[in-house]
Amino acid sequence: MSVQTWTYLLVGITFALYIGIAIWSRAGSTKEFYIAGGGVSPLANGMATAADWMSAASFISMAGIIAFAGYDGSVYLMGWTGGYVLLALLLAPYLRKFGKFTVPDFIGDRYYSKVTRIVAVFCALLVSFTYVAGQMRGVGVVFSRFLEVPVEWGVIIGMVIVLFYAVLGGMKGITYTQVAQYCVLIFAFMVPAIFISIQMTGNPIPQLGMGSTLNDGSGTFLLDKLDGLSTELGFSEYTNGSKSMIDVFAITLALMVGTAGLPHVIVRFFTVKKVRDARKSAGLALLFIAILYTTAPAVAVFARTNMIHTVSDQDYATMPSWFKNWETTGLLKFDDKNEDGKIKYVADPANNELFVDRDIMVLANPEIANLPAWVIALVAAGGLAAALSTAAGLLLVISASISHDLIKKIFKPNISEKGELWAARMSATVAVVVAGYFGINPPGFVAAVVALAFGLAAASFFPAIVLGIFYKKMNKEGAIAGMVVGTLLMLFYMAKFKLGWLGEIPDSSEWWFGISPEGFGSVAMIANFIVSLTIMKFTPDPPLEVQEIVENIRIPKGAGEASTH
Amino acid sequence: MSDKQSKSKAYWKENLRYLLILLVVWFVVSYGAGILFKTPLDKIQIGGFKLGFWFAQQGSIYVFVVLIFIYVGLMNKLDKKYGYDE
Repeated sequence: MSVQTWTYLLVGITFALYIGIAIWSRAGSTKEFYIAGGGVSPLANGMATAADWMSAASFISMAGIIAFAGYDGSVYLMGWTGGYVLLALLLAPYLRKFGKFTVPDFIGDRYYSKVTRIVAVFCALLVSFTYVAGQMRGVGVVFSRFLEVPVEWGVIIGMVIVLFYAVLGGMKGITYTQVAQYCVLIFAFMVPAIFISIQMTGNPIPQLGMGSTLNDGSGTFLLDKLDGLSTELGFSEYTNGSKSMIDVFAITLALMVGTAGLPHVIVRFFTVKKVRDARKSAGLALLFIAILYTTAPAVAVFARTNMIHTVSDQDYATMPSWFKNWETTGLLKFDDKNEDGKIKYVADPANNELFVDRDIMVLANPEIANLPAWVIALVAAGGLAAALSTAAGLLLVISASISHDLIKKIFKPNISEKGELWAARMSATVAVVVAGYFGINPPGFVAAVVALAFGLAAASFFPAIVLGIFYKKMNKEGAIAGMVVGTLLMLFYMAKFKLGWLGEIPDSSEWWFGISPEGFGSVAMIANFIVSLTIMKFTPDPPLEVQEIVENIRIPKGAGEASTH
Repeated sequence: MSDKQSKSKAYWKENLRYLLILLVVWFVVSYGAGILFKTPLDKIQIGGFKLGFWFAQQGSIYVFVVLIFIYVGLMNKLDKKYGYDE
């Protein structure tokens, strides 16, 4: 069977599975819609969290980014896993004990004011929308390459599927489809990785293959070989990166703290029964995530070495069919500058003749390594699972922010249960359409906004939640001032140094403390902490009943079922 | 101060001590071994891995997973000790 037939088959089967699960797990109440009824087992929640978290970016882009960035790519590996330690130790158990539906719920109640709730809703919407646009785009790219439909149609097909199970099933539908999607995506990621690891090093475990010797009888270690090839072509050594130490430090911190502050991840811990389940499912989630995250750097090494071998200094005419396939998508470009018919792939932009989009490394990897057709199709199904599961989780945060935090809590407190459920479904529908629009017409700053989403989560939510739990005397004045200063500072820095909205983008030598916009979330977070603690000293203590809430969430016993208000 | 209050205070104090120790390890394996001390650690090579590079791309992640499970175990024991388990 051809790759395309296999792809139709596998994508069709997985989609049918997701729809079947959605019909089986329809939501009948707001509690089921927002938090799956609060009775999800730690194992299911761990898998669902892993799928929720691992997006098109983790599945498709990350290994590619690492393949080209080498050591510098470590910021994503450490940043996007280390955040779970913070989440498990500092946030998840206490938020579960608090037991409401959304992150703005916690911020609004803990800081006893509608203003904090509105600021939190605004941040949650900003973070989630920036994130979801990228997911829909990922769906479109996979469709266009593997099923040869236009990107727009790919996005629309993705929208219809997500719409179906998110609107029908709410958090309950999403949770169980995410469990299925985790299984699909991890299988799809591991199979080609294991194949290629055996091919290149003879070791079936990619994590070990990465540190083994090459299979070609030379006895050279794979990483040494790649370091050599990289320097030969004028790139920096693979295991040594080119970013400054302070920037690597700051980006890692911003990503870790941002991960812990992302509302669509936090909300998953509201769905389990007990505080101890919340702790355990955080551990399981990271275990499931770590399987992919420790394999990705190995895939990066294999892919980069393979690619250099296949293309560097070879005749363009002898290139295999995958090369031509990807050329038609525009993600791979060859420009024969010296007209010798050979592909020259070097660091120097003036002489380099090959442009490779980082996103194709994972998708093209099985083809480059000549793996069977079903493996290539599997990768397409996995990429779709990763993108859809994350998109659904984000859409739920958006819909809950609107129907629960804005409509129910602020504008129309006496809305009926049925009315709220209807509002939740409507806002989910609108959110899908908006996300789809951005997927088809991506704003030019999509790449920049992902960094922005993490920076904002780090600069706004993380300090407010941590102080809310660990510092009883923290009051609303401090929290509001901190969130506002942190968010504005982050937006200003992005606007100035990344988006160029304040005149020409200054040179990187003008970065504050030598920290790039990607890493600036850590500075904005520290600013939030300082402002919060300072303002707090000059303003009244929080009321006694709020201090009692804090005492109460520190004790795990009696989490019971999430209150329905 | 009532018994109940002093009990919850003691529980919280022990919890904070665990957090501190675990977060120190969290910091040391990632920011320490993977970033600040990467260059000296890279002088040590195990198999094909330079040690600092290995911590940044593999080791820190393994330690993170282990840390959370240690935390889960410690807290379950602590909950039992104070009668907060359910």
